[in-house]
Amino acid sequence: MKAVIVGCGRVGAAIAATLDAAGHEVIILDTATGAFDRLPPTFGGTALRGDGTDEDVLRRAGAEGADLFLSLTEGDNRNCMAAQVAVEEFGIPLTIAKVNDPVRAEAYSHLGVATVCRTNLMADSIRAYLGLPVEHPFGILAPSGTHPGGAHHGGAAAGAVSATAGQVPGVGPGVGADPMAGAGPAGPATSSGREG
Amino acid sequence: MFILVVGGGKVGYYLTRELVSSGHEVVLMEKDRTRAQQIADEIGSIVIPHDGCEGQYLSEAGANRADIVAAVTGDDEDNLVICQMAKHHFDVPRTIARVNNPQNEALFRHLGVDEIISPTRMILGSIEQDIPVHELLHLAALGESELEIIEAHLREGSPAIGKAPRDLQIPDRCSLFAVVRGDQALPLRPDTVLLEGDKVIAIGPTECEEMLHAQLIGMSPAEETADLG
Repeated sequence: MKAVIVGCGRVGAAIAATLDAAGHEVIILDTATGAFDRLPPTFGGTALRGDGTDEDVLRRAGAEGADLFLSLTEGDNRNCMAAQVAVEEFGIPLTIAKVNDPVRAEAYSHLGVATVCRTNLMADSIRAYLGLPVEHPFGILAPSGTHPGGAHHGGAAAGAVSATAGQVPGVGPGVGADPMAGAGPAGPATSSGREG
Repeated sequence: MFILVVGGGKVGYYLTRELVSSGHEVVLMEKDRTRAQQIADEIGSIVIPHDGCEGQYLSEAGANRADIVAAVTGDDEDNLVICQMAKHHFDVPRTIARVNNPQNEALFRHLGVDEIISPTRMILGSIEQDIPVHELLHLAALGESELEIIEAHLREGSPAIGKAPRDLQIPDRCSLFAVVRGDQALPLRPDTVLLEGDKVIAIGPTECEEMLHAQLIGMSPAEETADLG
């Protein structure tokens, strides 16, 4: 499998290391080369300096034909935009964007991009530890709608996201396998009709 | 008309001021508190000192009843997200985004932003009118479609010189509709013979540009680059 990761922070570097160690082709981008110090010395993938929201940069990096795209920078909007470039321009079947604003995280999941929200994850971890009811049991919000530009790929790109979520070739059932399959129906009722 | 402006830089500030003076209901969102206060002191308490990308604050600003949302911050990704949130989460009928990187225009249009204003493209267009860089000039983009109006300057060596439109292979979705010859604008008929120095005005989708270039100018830009490389 070929994976593209935008943002080499702690999470990006950790996932890059995991996928690389599992024998996958990994391309990781960051705007600061210093960020690549977080990668383990054994990392055998490609680390490139560049803006992951820029289509040309992604193309040069080899994003074409990737199976997995993760946008994990510190900017919610950058992640939303990069993920949409991945879906729209490259038709990458599984795309996850980190979106820390819960409202935006939900809105983009309705727009066909799987989102992971640190605010929800942490709040729920603390709720669970304190014995309080957990509000977002699935962690990742699976894409529940069609991407606005999905028609240009015959809708295949957006549709494939939910279909293949958790079944990334070679990754096996890991974190997010079952959760993602169940997250769709758990989404709010308002999801239908937005994309009309 | 209720207009929500996001981004209180120079563009957002003057835009808000003009809209207020023409009698519209306007709310401006600017996340920098000092800047927001500065604008509020000048044009009144219509400034919300919060990030217009954040769902909660968009809601508080009344995004759900806005007729228009204009995203004019200096960052393309912010403007995209503001417009998408407005459109898909708050059902705003019309969204306008400022785009700095001209390459983002197509993506934004594709992702549902209603109107895209690219100062970079406008300035580039203006410069190209004086100093033709590509000989194929973009005169205007047509609203929401991917159509644009293009001017082709026929210089020595153009394969179109001495020919009429019916002899050229014009892509299906394109139309050559006028020719500027000296100070005169003439309608372009199928049998109008083109002369050196003519400026042919065409309308068509962006993807036909290369073919128009080949027919009216000569080599396509890609081929020229290949030659240089």
